Amino acid sequence: MIDWPLVSVIIFLPLIGALIILFIKEDELTSINIKWAALLTTLGTFVLSLILWLQFDYSNPSYQYEEKFRWFDDFNFFYHIGVDGISLFMILLSTFLTPLCILASWNNIKKRVKEYMLSFLFLETVMIGMFASIDILLFYIFFEAVLIPMYLIIGIWGGNRRIYASFKFFLYTLLGSVLMLIAIIVMYRNTSSMSIEFLQGNYFSYNTQLFLWLAFFASFAVKIPMWPFHTWLPDAHVEAPTAGSVILAGVLLKMGGYGFIRFSLGMLPEATEFFIPLIMTLSIVAIVYTSLVALAQTDIKKLIAYSSVAHMGIVTIGIFLVNQQGLEGAMMQMISHGLVSAALFLCVGVIYDRMHTREIEFYGGLVQRMPLYATVFMIFMLGSVGLPGTSGFIGEFLVIVGAFKFSSYVVIGAAFGIILSAVYMLYLYKRIIFGTITNNKLADILDINTREKIILIPLAISVILLGIFPNLFLDPMRLSLELIITNYEIANAK
Amino acid sequence: MLNNIYNIFFIPEIFLACSSFVCLLFGLFLKKNAFRQTSNLAVFVLLLTIFLVYNDSESNFANYKSLFSHSSFINFFKILALSGSIASIIISKDYFLGIKLKNFEIPVLFLFSTLGMMLMIASNNLMSMYLAIELQSLSLYVAAAIKRDSISSAESGVKYFILGALSSGILLYGFSLIYGFTGSMNFDDISFYLSKYDNLNLGLIFGLVFVMVGLAFKVSAVPFHMWTPDVYEGAPNSITGFFAIVPKIAAVALIYRFCLVPFENFYLEWSQIILFLSIASMFLGAIAAIAQSNIKRLLAYSSIGHIGYILIALVAANDDGIKAASIYMFSYMIMNVAIFAILLSLKVKNEYLINISDLKGLSKSNPIVSLSISIIMLSMAGIPPFIGFFGKFYVFIAAIEQELYVLSVLGVLASVISAFYYLRIIKIMYFDESKSEGIINFKISFQSKIILFLSLFLIICFIFYPSLLINISASLTI
Repeated sequence: MIDWPLVSVIIFLPLIGALIILFIKEDELTSINIKWAALLTTLGTFVLSLILWLQFDYSNPSYQYEEKFRWFDDFNFFYHIGVDGISLFMILLSTFLTPLCILASWNNIKKRVKEYMLSFLFLETVMIGMFASIDILLFYIFFEAVLIPMYLIIGIWGGNRRIYASFKFFLYTLLGSVLMLIAIIVMYRNTSSMSIEFLQGNYFSYNTQLFLWLAFFASFAVKIPMWPFHTWLPDAHVEAPTAGSVILAGVLLKMGGYGFIRFSLGMLPEATEFFIPLIMTLSIVAIVYTSLVALAQTDIKKLIAYSSVAHMGIVTIGIFLVNQQGLEGAMMQMISHGLVSAALFLCVGVIYDRMHTREIEFYGGLVQRMPLYATVFMIFMLGSVGLPGTSGFIGEFLVIVGAFKFSSYVVIGAAFGIILSAVYMLYLYKRIIFGTITNNKLADILDINTREKIILIPLAISVILLGIFPNLFLDPMRLSLELIITNYEIANAK
Repeated sequence: MLNNIYNIFFIPEIFLACSSFVCLLFGLFLKKNAFRQTSNLAVFVLLLTIFLVYNDSESNFANYKSLFSHSSFINFFKILALSGSIASIIISKDYFLGIKLKNFEIPVLFLFSTLGMMLMIASNNLMSMYLAIELQSLSLYVAAAIKRDSISSAESGVKYFILGALSSGILLYGFSLIYGFTGSMNFDDISFYLSKYDNLNLGLIFGLVFVMVGLAFKVSAVPFHMWTPDVYEGAPNSITGFFAIVPKIAAVALIYRFCLVPFENFYLEWSQIILFLSIASMFLGAIAAIAQSNIKRLLAYSSIGHIGYILIALVAANDDGIKAASIYMFSYMIMNVAIFAILLSLKVKNEYLINISDLKGLSKSNPIVSLSISIIMLSMAGIPPFIGFFGKFYVFIAAIEQELYVLSVLGVLASVISAFYYLRIIKIMYFDESKSEGIINFKISFQSKIILFLSLFLIICFIFYPSLLINISASLTI
């Protein structure tokens, strides 16, 4: 094993990069240095996080690479971080997507490059920190600190309605997470512990659990987002710059799912059992309703944003099935969605950079001019639909297998949603890519360039890799998920 | 024991009183640069006073037990008030010189007011408490109206004076009722007398309510907050800074001591009042600030909101509450020092900045300053990882320890509302496009820069080593 604080280094490396960038003076010539500094820092972070994966002990269900320091003298708050099977891939997802985001913004961010890169590096630190925290207070601090860079990214570099979108995003999410703060303090008061590891059990009375569960639900349901708390998402996605949407869809939404697994399932099992019907209903409504809404969109980004809500509905179903297939499926779906939706947003970014519009009607027949683009777009589109061989299939399949153990109504709802997802995605693809070029402005549109290839091809490879070798990803997380399920069943068997 | 008569001069309050007179004379006889020199001397005097308070082993007011008390809580708040006072004198020096208001009386007024605050914090007797409040307020009335040729300054002084005098009258009436029904002025004696009873009689309840009204006015809790925005707006910016930073510290300490020492056993009676004040302050502070276009009025409402949170910790009335109050007050002071240090150095077209909309485009012309303002705003909104979050966090810990769930939930909801107007300032600096660049200029003296840097450092780096402050505040006894 590694005897140096690997996880801390991964968390704080981007911050160190940010500090370095802070002292680079920005002008026309040096902005390229800023970009390179940011890129190298994030790449370094990614390489380090790969070590995390390579050295990961698959036979250990609990936390690895633990680091623990006393942080507050008066309470039991620790700087306590570590990685287990659940958080491992969330961290990898964050470190994988951030360099791609930096590359994606290489040319299209022209103003305030320094602040932009600072925001992204700070964002990466808090994202990784959040997934690696074992102390709830630490988790909360990172969870809320995410709002700061994201608010700035949407607000400064966003589209026309960016101010509305950034405020909506910030206040909506803040409202959810402050209730979580109260829940965290109540938990601490009852157990005198803030350790996620310790609290994974059944320490609270039934009534307390119900209230705590609702408070956590408020914050995670907004974050993931579940219908009817999803309204901030289309606005935020549409107005954010491409890289902002990528991180938003790729990582920030996963915070909700991660929180559900860790907190609702892990710490409040009895309340979870009570609220399962609620979650299932909301998820199925979300899947069907947002799929139909997605069908009616005229803006590509908005369509993908709504499809995210639908995909997250599959994730919440999978999580709250609380069986092995369901949870594994939910995790796979989260990872897959993190890659696929990020890639789709990047694809939208590619044509947006060229034409500066996201209206579906504007496009058509792109395959004539951009064959390579059409190919990668198709891979991601099929990944989103869940075609066997792509990452999306594994997640959806596992969730549906798990759902059969629970209720066939849920299966019908989820399957219906999956069919709808094929409808709106294929319809979108047909309208944008196929046909002949009717719009003269598209006549000399260029295919993807080298930089865009560097961004999109790794994503395409990982989407297919995930679809063909799911065990590569499922094996490390299996025992950690089993641990949560065992705890859950013990608690509810009483 | 004071076996040596000279030791008397090392009692911080007496030292400060004597030195204030020295400062007054010093300024009077100085021909040139009277204001600047007196300010420097005042800062020096306050530093020495901090040293004396910190080093209080023998020469303290414990010997005057009937009038003043002595505890770690008192010392902490005294040091807080003194440091706030030092910071506000330093950061306002250039501003005063800039608007050609060079009366050397200003630092002396600050000194007297600070003396009043130290006595307020320490007072253990209704009479000494009243006199201390008056000493502090009278200096502040004059300070608010110090810019004699400005109508708004005079208006704010008069407004402050009339409402302040009214509240003092109510306070005094409450004192007389309490004295009449308990037969004592001393906090400990009142507490001892009341310990024999289970309920407060009607007269005492009236007395308590009147005193609460008076104190609520001093901390500017809703519904006795009306003066705050007007006085903040009318007074010169640097005086506003002083108002925002220092007197609140003393008033909060006083309201804590008054509730928790003589009326310790009558929690139910006073907590209802405080509960109402707290909820009303949080929400009014949050909602009313949204519509403000004047930065000083905005900060006034923001301070009203902050008072609401501190009062939550008072409702909790436990050790955690005292701890929370001291941490919150510390963070409040630091954040206000930082924001006023910036505001007092920002000029728009040669006028000091007043309108929030003038901040437009600051992020382009002065990225460091706008970054600092953003950090302060986020900290005030209670967003981690800045110090303001920990203030709120400790307040909610105290409240939940006392099972005040509804109050805590209301508190966090108000904090979400208030986040809106703090974010609005960031929005104006960063998101709004400005056509006219370069009209804002930021000129800050070396000393203010140090203060600003120090306070920003504390805001940002508190998270890395919280134990220092937290251990101190955990050991405080009222």
